[in-house]
Amino acid sequence: MRKSSDLLHLLKTIERMIPLTTYTMPDETGRFGSFGGRFVPELLMPALLELEEAYEKAKNDPQFTEELNYYLQQYVGRETPLYFAKQLTKEVGGANIYLKREDLNHTGAHKINNTVGQALLTLRMGKKKVVAETGAGQHGVATATVCALFGLECIVFMGEEDIRRQKLNVFRMELLGAEVRSVSQGSGTLKDATNEALRYWASNVNDTHYILGSAVGPHPFPKIVRDLQSVIGKETKQQIVEQTGKLPDAIVACVGGGSNSIGMFHPFIKDESVKLVGVEAAGAGIDSDQHAASITKGRKGILHGTLSNLLQDENGQITEAFSISAGLDYPGVGPEHSHLNETGRVHYTAITDAEALDAFQALSRIEGIIPALESAHAVAYALKLAKEMDTNQTLVICLSGRGDKDVEQVKNRLEGK
Amino acid sequence: MGKERIEQSFQEKQAAGQKLFIPYIMAGDGGLDILEDRINFLAKSGVAAVELGIPFSDPIADGPTIQAAGGRALANGTSLKAVLDQLQSFVAANTAVPIILMTYLNPIYNYGIEKFVADCEKSGVDGIIIPDLPMEEEELIAGVLQEHSIAFIRLVAMTSPKERMIEIAKRSEGFLYAVSVMGTTGARQSHGANVQDYLDTLKENSPVPVLAGFGVSSIEQAHELSAHCDGVIVGSRIVELFDQGQDEEVRKLIQGSIEVGVRR
Ligand SMILES: Cc1ncc(COP(=O)(O)O)c(C=O)c1O
Repeated sequence: MRKSSDLLHLLKTIERMIPLTTYTMPDETGRFGSFGGRFVPELLMPALLELEEAYEKAKNDPQFTEELNYYLQQYVGRETPLYFAKQLTKEVGGANIYLKREDLNHTGAHKINNTVGQALLTLRMGKKKVVAETGAGQHGVATATVCALFGLECIVFMGEEDIRRQKLNVFRMELLGAEVRSVSQGSGTLKDATNEALRYWASNVNDTHYILGSAVGPHPFPKIVRDLQSVIGKETKQQIVEQTGKLPDAIVACVGGGSNSIGMFHPFIKDESVKLVGVEAAGAGIDSDQHAASITKGRKGILHGTLSNLLQDENGQITEAFSISAGLDYPGVGPEHSHLNETGRVHYTAITDAEALDAFQALSRIEGIIPALESAHAVAYALKLAKEMDTNQTLVICLSGRGDKDVEQVKNRLEGK
Repeated sequence: MGKERIEQSFQEKQAAGQKLFIPYIMAGDGGLDILEDRINFLAKSGVAAVELGIPFSDPIADGPTIQAAGGRALANGTSLKAVLDQLQSFVAANTAVPIILMTYLNPIYNYGIEKFVADCEKSGVDGIIIPDLPMEEEELIAGVLQEHSIAFIRLVAMTSPKERMIEIAKRSEGFLYAVSVMGTTGARQSHGANVQDYLDTLKENSPVPVLAGFGVSSIEQAHELSAHCDGVIVGSRIVELFDQGQDEEVRKLIQGSIEVGVRR
């Protein structure tokens, strides 16, 4: 008799052989291969089913698409440029480097692509209130912004520690009319804020929608967030072909929960010639215990409603993530990334705090673009990769956000504070 | 063992004209070495079973009291393995009441589902409650539990549409756990008026006993809810009283709550 591990291996091999043209993840239960699902209390199940139904209807409703596109264009400022970074390309001396400028979006990052869409869904479901979690405050600001725009009541949960680190973003959210609630439980960071947001949602599910900020959480969130962020990859595909006449050879994006990266990658998954690279945060080093590399270093487990790769101890307790960039500081990752890692379609790697800081300064100096610390992780790896590539090849970096929010922190760090 | 032991315990209590009372305690809160005494104390006070919580770093279904208790338990090194080992040292031999484990999915997924269930059986665990495992995902463990005759107790919520309630009730083993608040565990002053209709609906449709849990903290509340089902589960209040060393208050709460059947 075959051992079950042999069978599993066989299944995985078959899965790899299936042409990617048939990529239709997730299935109707929210699975990306063996990852994903909806591991939530029964209390929340009806809300997830309602959301799924509302989303499927909206997706097939031309009026929804039209409305979404209107706000993306007129309010967010899309499409964002695909900018040929000539100076950087010259400096590196390898592949031609292009930057997808998500930093030029309203509120300074890709996060708003998701919040605009989910706010429109909130209205369609007839809900008047929104709850969200935030780490650095980027998703909180993007949520508070759309709630102001659409007249929705907004509560944002944020860890006590993050509130201390990101005072200005707290004030921004309050200016936009949101209520920021401090979370002191656990480590007082993003993971704990997410717990509180889920608890709040359970208590208020009848009139409240939860705008989850990344491609994580229970089905259908990873799918909805991916679809809404896929505008990044779709535009990029068209722009790169217009500018260079062909698909890029490589694409690099940073991975926190994985929303900017999956949005960039998804439209290219079937284009097997395009190398896709996800960059996690290696913090103080991938072999230290201070990093946020859930795919590179984590194990399969269940957190916040989804089965994915997690940082956890030998008893299955979730451990804290560490990164200089608050937006990558999450001990889990979206289930689709775990799946794409398992099939090998996307290559995952990690960049340390120090390398990200170097890239942060390099891009500022060489191109006059201050990247978000999160995006600086993608830049750092892309510079290594571009050097090894030919001068007739092209590489696209997803520049997920701008670095204004990080300037003070970087200053302190560089001054040794 | 398992389902039969839960059924038998419930029938004994009900035959004596009592309502069912299940206290929730956090394993390792106050140290694992007090666990045996605590279970025996609860058994003597008249409980129908003990719900033993496994601490978890991210307990999304729990309010502040149980979160804090879990934090204390984790801080003193409590793990799923340590709890099962401790139980095995006394429960398997002989406890007066059924033991039901309440654990989030990740600690048992990490432990290995098959090994977990086998070790539960060795440790004399009679039932399992997993608050973050809805019907859609339960095949992850349901089959394995079946092979071992450990009761798989399902939770139903006030947001569940009627057909879902009926389906969940049909699947539940040992009893049906009726989450009776909108939200997390934690003491509440009172339950909404619609909770009575909710419990009545469950009672009409459930082939197994129905117990109301979440937010129950006083004898009065226990009486109110028990009038519409078979009994209550009390967590945060019990955890709080034990933490304050008020064991006598725990006993009074249990005895006052189970008497309701006699008075009616
Ligand atoms: C600019 C920026 N990039 C990336 C991220 C990481 O999130 P994700 O992996 O979901 O794109 C964040 C999160 O806050 C961010 O603000």
